[in-house]
Order: sequence, then C-alpha cells, then structure tokens
Amino acid sequence: MALPSPEEIKAQIEAGVPGAAVTVIQNGSPSAQHSLLLDHEHARAVAAFLRDHADWRLDYCSLVTGVDWPDTETSEKVKVKKLVKAADGSESEQEVDEVRKTKVPGRLEAVYHLFSMEKKHGPVVLRMRTADRGECVHLPSLTPVWRSAEFQEREAFDLYGIVFDGHPDLRRILMWDGFVDYPMRKDYVPPPDDVPVTAPEGTSPEAHS
Amino acid sequence: MSETMTAPVVDFEDREIMEVSMGPHHPSTHGVFRMDVKLEGERVVRLKPVFGYLHRNHEKIAEHGAYLSAIPYTDRLDYLCSMTNNWGYVLAVEKLAGITVPERAEYIRVIVAELTRFQNHAGLVGFLLQDMGASGTPLMYAFREREKVLDLFESLSGARMMCNYMRFGGVRVDATRAWLDEVRALVPRLPGFVDEFENLLRANEILMARTQEVGVLPPQLAVNAGVTGPMLRASGVNYDVRKVDHYGVYDRFKFRVPLGEHGDVYDRYMMRILEMRETVKILEQALRDIPEGPVMDPKTRLRGLRPKAGEAYGRIESPKGELGFFLISDGTGNPYRYRVRPPSMINLTILEDMCLGHNIADVVIILGSVDIVLGEVDR
Repeated sequence: MALPSPEEIKAQIEAGVPGAAVTVIQNGSPSAQHSLLLDHEHARAVAAFLRDHADWRLDYCSLVTGVDWPDTETSEKVKVKKLVKAADGSESEQEVDEVRKTKVPGRLEAVYHLFSMEKKHGPVVLRMRTADRGECVHLPSLTPVWRSAEFQEREAFDLYGIVFDGHPDLRRILMWDGFVDYPMRKDYVPPPDDVPVTAPEGTSPEAHS
Repeated sequence: MSETMTAPVVDFEDREIMEVSMGPHHPSTHGVFRMDVKLEGERVVRLKPVFGYLHRNHEKIAEHGAYLSAIPYTDRLDYLCSMTNNWGYVLAVEKLAGITVPERAEYIRVIVAELTRFQNHAGLVGFLLQDMGASGTPLMYAFREREKVLDLFESLSGARMMCNYMRFGGVRVDATRAWLDEVRALVPRLPGFVDEFENLLRANEILMARTQEVGVLPPQLAVNAGVTGPMLRASGVNYDVRKVDHYGVYDRFKFRVPLGEHGDVYDRYMMRILEMRETVKILEQALRDIPEGPVMDPKTRLRGLRPKAGEAYGRIESPKGELGFFLISDGTGNPYRYRVRPPSMINLTILEDMCLGHNIADVVIILGSVDIVLGEVDR
C-alpha cells in the first residue's frame, strides 16, 4: 500500500496526536520528497504515532542529519517620500531611494527519513527547527522511538551543535571530547595548519569512558 | 512493537570490573577503531565503540566542490566497494536533478555492482575466519578470487579499487565486447569457488562452536536500530533495497533474498555465502540481456550541473547495507548539504547489545560479522 499525500499524513497526525502542529514543506526538486515540520513539544508523540500507525508502520528511521541555515541579510531598495530642502530654503516632498535591510535569523534543522520495513514504503521526511543558532539549539531526541537515531543524533550534536534533549548518551562521536567548535556549520573557520590543535587538560580521547 | 528500545543499563556496584581498551590498533578492528570494554572475569558487561580516528569531514569537502567532483571522493568511503558508493551518490543526484540513465548504462551498473558485492562478501568471510583463527587459507582463497574481479575493474575503469566509474546520467566509458566476454568467462567459475569455500568450512566443528548462538540480534531490535544489509536479513527480516525500490533495472532479474533464522554470527556468515550465489544469478541474467546503445545521457551536463533548489534522498543496497545520500540544492553549482548514510556506522549501534554476556574473544568475531570499513564509519 502506498503512502498517502503529505497533506493527508498531516491531517491524520493532527487528529491522532491532540495539540500537534504540523506544517507541510514543499520540495521543488523532481524527487518530490516533501517533508513535515514538527513542533518540539509533540515531536516524540508524533514519532511514536507514525511508528505504531496500523497502515503506515514507519518502523525504520533510516537517516538522521543536521542542516545549518546561517543568518541571512536581504537588502531591497524602496522608494520613500521625504521632505527635501531645496537651495532656496523651500521644502518639498520628493521620492527618494532608500536601502532597507532585513535580517532573517538563522536556524539549525534536524531531518529524519522514515521508511517501513513491514509495509515496504517510504520515505516520510520529518524536520524540526531550532529558534536560532546560538542559545536555543535544543530539540527533542527521537532516539527513544527509533534506536537508529542514537549515533546519528550524536553526530548532529558533534558537527552542528544541536542538543537533543532526552538522548541517553549525548557525547561527541567523530571529533574528540575536548573539541570546542562545530565543523559542519557554514561559518566554521578551521584552525591554521601550522598551529597544533591541543585538547584542554583532562579531555584527551583517553580520558573519558 | 510499542516498547521503547534503549541501550541496556548495567549496575556495577559491588562487582570486580576490569576495563580494557581494545584498539585503536587491534588486528581485529581492520582499521583504526576502539572499543572500551568493561569485563567481569572474561565476560563483557559494558562495551562502547569509539571511532573518528579516520574522520576527515568528507561531507564538508563535498559541499565545497561541484556535484561532479564528489564522485571520486565517494570511492574513499567504503574503499572496498567504490563502485556501489559511486552508484549511491549518482542515484541521489539523478533524483535531485531528474536525470534519466540509458539502458545499457543501467546494465553495466548492475554488473559492476554485483561483482563488487561478490568480492566484498568473499573478503568478509575470509577476514571473519581469519579472526576466528583459521589463519591464512580461507583469506587467501578469498583474495585469489577478489583479484580476478579487481583485474576486471582495472581494465574497465583504469583503477583497481578507486574506480571513479559512474557519472550522473550514465557511466564514464562503455564496456567493450572483449571486457564483457571476460566477465562472461569469469562468472561460470564463481559458483565453484563458493562451493570450495563452503566445503572447506560448513559443518566444521570449531566454526560452529564459535559462531552458533553467539551475538544474537533479535529482529525487532534490528529493525528499530536501523540495521540493514545481510546483517538484518540474518535476523530474518525480509528487506532488500534492490527488491523494495527496484532502482536501476533490478526489477528485471530473478533472484531470491536469503533469510536467516537465528540472527547469530553463523547466520550472518551463511548470509554472505548465499548472497554470493544469488549475485551470480543476477550477473548471468544481466550479461545475457545487456542491450547495445549509448552509456551517457547526452542532455546531462556533467560540469556545471545546477539542479533546481530542492532536496532528494537516494539509496541503494550496498554490500554492507543501505547506502544513502541526502542532497539539498540551493540552485548553485555545489550541493548545499551533502550527507552520507553510512551503513557500517549505523550497524555498529547495537554492537554492545550483541556482545553483552559473551566472552571477550567473541567480541572479535561479533565485530567481524558486522562488516565495517572505517573509511565509511568515520568519513
């Protein structure tokens, strides 16, 4: 049985999990893999709902990853009416060009690709977004629902700095424990090649466990 | 399945525990990989895999280059199976940009991917037995056979291991008639090798004692933990991306998906043997049916490909499991996000669950039966 449209899935989630807010995000590529944006509060309930749904049985979470969307600044020229003083002292209203800058705050995103091993269909794509890239980088962990997210959420934490609340063992996984930055972020600047990278005292790879 | 499946919790109070760090330079890990093992006597009570020694941020490097320039770099993920890595990536790009592939190229892809699967499984079985103490002989038999496949890859693509052969929209060069004849000459000899291998080892008492009932992986846990490939099927779950997605031209071939019953190391070993036999069947059919024609889609721009803004996830059944690539395009010439779904790494999630309660000597063969390549785990 094929999966219904993302709109239909959204409707069923909102009926099955009271209070859940789901937004369908369209995908412009020919793959047409549209995704569902979840709110943080109900994400885990929605995940369990999708896993245990009798017709869909999305029991297999294949891929978990982070995506970084840095702050963007868009500038546009707008015409503004202003009082302009002429040389003889008289004031008149004229149209003047003014550049207006709008700052769109960046965010981090976690993406989950779900399939069903029982019904052999998929993917259903879930997304969660943080409020910004600095302070509010917390997202609920879906590892309690799908164990396969365990290492992959650790990787998103390691390389993007997304903190997954409720993860049983959230540590760095590819970089060493004393490392401080998040290398997969778009604004990451690698240290210069001729300066040796040293871990702070007591955090060498041998020190944990 | 409604209960949650989290890692087991162990209480260490009032117990004499010894900590052993296996690796990063332990011969059983076939690379640079470490396991923090806690032992009570010889019994494993805790095991945490530690990796990242080979981490080079493959994904970031690919995001800095054009779509084309990531292809040779995918060779270095699972460096034993560069052909299937190429395929996983180009399939994702083809989904992202809506590219079609000529039929002859699809057949060539199947032929090289199945040859890759054969040599990977032969090598894995050889290494697994080496880990068990069958020094030399099985591994040399496997490598003798693998050499023949690598020679074919060399004459087709110019390289034995880093093939860099596939392109989105087809393959880089056409297979000549002489090359196809060489493959046609090799394929009928492959079942003889599998027989030889099996006769050497099946019903071997030591092999059975070491592998049966060791490292059992229950099917519910395997599904929940995202285990894929021969390891999943050894636990009896019928899931093969070749059968589910029918990518390429896999819907045209008749082959079975072998399934295990017990999910132990022995079943995982047998799964590789049986899959080698199915691979030979696919090769025979592909070599029989391969059509003439072009091998590249003429409309595809290899250099300067700029897919429309959007995203795509493409996946294939690599010899180790589901190999997937997730790409996000922002309309420019290089991928905004490039993500590999590495089957080797995700299959390690339940390493601890499989090892708990076994002797430390069993850890070596349980790890061997997972089939990891550190180039892919660490990326």
